Amino acid sequence: MEFFERFAIPNASPLIYASMVAIGLTVVAIVIGLTYFKKWGYLWKEWLTTVDHKRIGIMYIISALLMLFRGGVDAVMMRLQTAVPDNSFLDAQHYNEVFTTHGVVMIMFMAMAFIIGMMNFVVPLQIGARDVAFPRLNAISFWLYFTGAMLFNISFVIGGSPDAGWTNYFPLAGTDFSETVGINYYMWALQISGIGTLMTGINFIVTIIKMRAPGMKLMKMPMFTWASLITNAIIVFAFPVLTIALLMGTFDRQFGTHFFASTNGGMDMLWANLFWVWGHPEVYILILPAFGVYSEVISTFSGRNLYGYKSMVASMVLISFMSFLVWVHHFFTMGHGALVNGIFSITTMAIAVPTGIKIFNWLLTMWKGKIRFTVPMLYSVGFIPLFTIGGVTGVMLAIASADYQYHNTMFLVAHFHNVIIPGVVFAMLAGLTYWWPKMFGFMLNERIGKWGFWFLSIGFCLAFFPMYITGLDGQARRMYTYSAETGFGPLNMVSFIGAGLMAIAFILIVYNVYYSFRHSPRNVGQDPWNARSLEWATPNPVPHYNFAVDPVVNSSEAFWDAKKNGHVLFPEKIKKIHMPNNSGLPIILAGFFFIFGFSFVFSIWVGVIIAALGIIGCLAYRSFEKDPGHYISREEILETEKKLGGASNEN
Amino acid sequence: MRELFPAKQVMGFIFSLVLTAIALSVYFTDMSFQVGMTILLITAFIQAALQLVFFMHAGESQDKNAIYTGIYYGIAIALVTVFGTLLTLIWGYM
Repeated sequence: MEFFERFAIPNASPLIYASMVAIGLTVVAIVIGLTYFKKWGYLWKEWLTTVDHKRIGIMYIISALLMLFRGGVDAVMMRLQTAVPDNSFLDAQHYNEVFTTHGVVMIMFMAMAFIIGMMNFVVPLQIGARDVAFPRLNAISFWLYFTGAMLFNISFVIGGSPDAGWTNYFPLAGTDFSETVGINYYMWALQISGIGTLMTGINFIVTIIKMRAPGMKLMKMPMFTWASLITNAIIVFAFPVLTIALLMGTFDRQFGTHFFASTNGGMDMLWANLFWVWGHPEVYILILPAFGVYSEVISTFSGRNLYGYKSMVASMVLISFMSFLVWVHHFFTMGHGALVNGIFSITTMAIAVPTGIKIFNWLLTMWKGKIRFTVPMLYSVGFIPLFTIGGVTGVMLAIASADYQYHNTMFLVAHFHNVIIPGVVFAMLAGLTYWWPKMFGFMLNERIGKWGFWFLSIGFCLAFFPMYITGLDGQARRMYTYSAETGFGPLNMVSFIGAGLMAIAFILIVYNVYYSFRHSPRNVGQDPWNARSLEWATPNPVPHYNFAVDPVVNSSEAFWDAKKNGHVLFPEKIKKIHMPNNSGLPIILAGFFFIFGFSFVFSIWVGVIIAALGIIGCLAYRSFEKDPGHYISREEILETEKKLGGASNEN
Repeated sequence: MRELFPAKQVMGFIFSLVLTAIALSVYFTDMSFQVGMTILLITAFIQAALQLVFFMHAGESQDKNAIYTGIYYGIAIALVTVFGTLLTLIWGYM
């Protein structure tokens, strides 16, 4: 029994036991459902082993929505706990675990998965490619991300959640102050999914550099593709820092080194420093693809080409470089001198300039445009003022001397939610609605979508604007309760109501999927939005080879040119197409990684060694495996194109 | 024969052996920490450049510019990170 004691939860509560039962029942229900409907084979053949970028993208997005649910439940729990003074819904330790999980899940497993999923689905279509450069590697990336996410998500029922905040600062996160395995989970979940993200970065850089359609020069790429290219460049340069920091943290916790200790020559601030050397570029990894989505959506629904294409690209390149020059603004109050704070204060304010350029470009794109207020456009239009408020409070926080007042208060919490929610979440919902017909061949219901938008926007304003005020009044972040005399009570109640509205918005968005699946017409045609860029030149839903014929492109709006200016997109005849084979290896490899991570968390070395051998075995198998791919015959393509009404069926 | 003999690579190999020998001499000879560290840093960076150019064939393919841009960008980010960290954690306190 001694062996199993390590898996016990250190701070158990009825809530956790209830979730444990719920998780158990869900797993049983899924297994029974799959068996009853005889879907195991379908699941394995069509999804789990797929190397198709579109399916991997959809799996990323489904995972992201699940994680949005998980992180959202955490958020509502926090707002509920702080809704009234001296509340006892959660105790201090449980609250610590909840806000830590909320942060990690939302950033690493929701936002990252959502943007990578969107890139996976859209980028190869936008550049006229049949898949990414390394399809097998892409599948491995997804399964490693999924492994990391699952490893993190079981922490609260097996062994205890991490509780040192999503920033996980040492020495709090060291073994002296965090004795449970919670922080080990943090280290390994992020490490494993981080490897996946790094490989995605490499994969997409190669895809975009090497696999564009003939005629698509760099400056003729659609804006979302540009945003993805730059994002992936940031990923490749920023993520190794996280990898090393996590490794050093693991050594500190599990092998007794002192990198981040305050004794024996270690330096506890080094963790904060390395974390933000990765962490600040990470912020731009999240926001740049969102900017890409907005550029596509605003241009489409304003009926105009994107204003200032070159300045859009230039400002993103500038942002990507400057994002590496600002990280110290996350710890202005750690005690360095005026010189250091001054330098980073200035770089931080400077990075607002290219971002501002983009805002003006979007406004000028809409200027004199014929705007259609569809759901994606509503999100984009809502994004501009809300994000600008977040940006302006960001400049306030950038003033190092004033930051001594704001830092670690709810003001900061309000600020970063104010940029991430209208920035990333709105963009991903806009993109999801916009590309939905491309993914599934039917439209999401506009009316329910609009209700969702208004609930989300109003809920967002109610939830986060009061925090600016309570923050300036001195409410510290991560404080699990407060007394009635502080006067924070009413505004926190408003926040809770806002969080409730956002939860309703989430339910509406999910219900919309169900409703539209049941009721939306399936014959949406090729171009339901009157769109502009190349991905719309394929039928809806996209056949798995994407383009029956390689497209030839002469501008960033190739599809618009084909519609309006008589540009010939598909000059060639249909030939047989070479496609990569599916493979079960990625998910098996990820399974070994799961065992590896789980065993490492609990220092079960036998498991670690066995899993490591399994990983090496998978890599060795891949090295000797012959995988020539397969061909799709001309007849099969013609038949598919005829059925889907593809653009090139007359050839 | 001249085309077949990889003179460039052999020269590179000998040069990298020389660099290794110089670096190793730091351990065997008695010199101050500063001098030793300086020698190690200089030989390490020359060695890395040598490997990239001679043995990893940077600059021999068509996407030479992309490769060098990537390397320079990487060096710039690394320098910013290292010196920024030194500034933040050590020099900023003086």
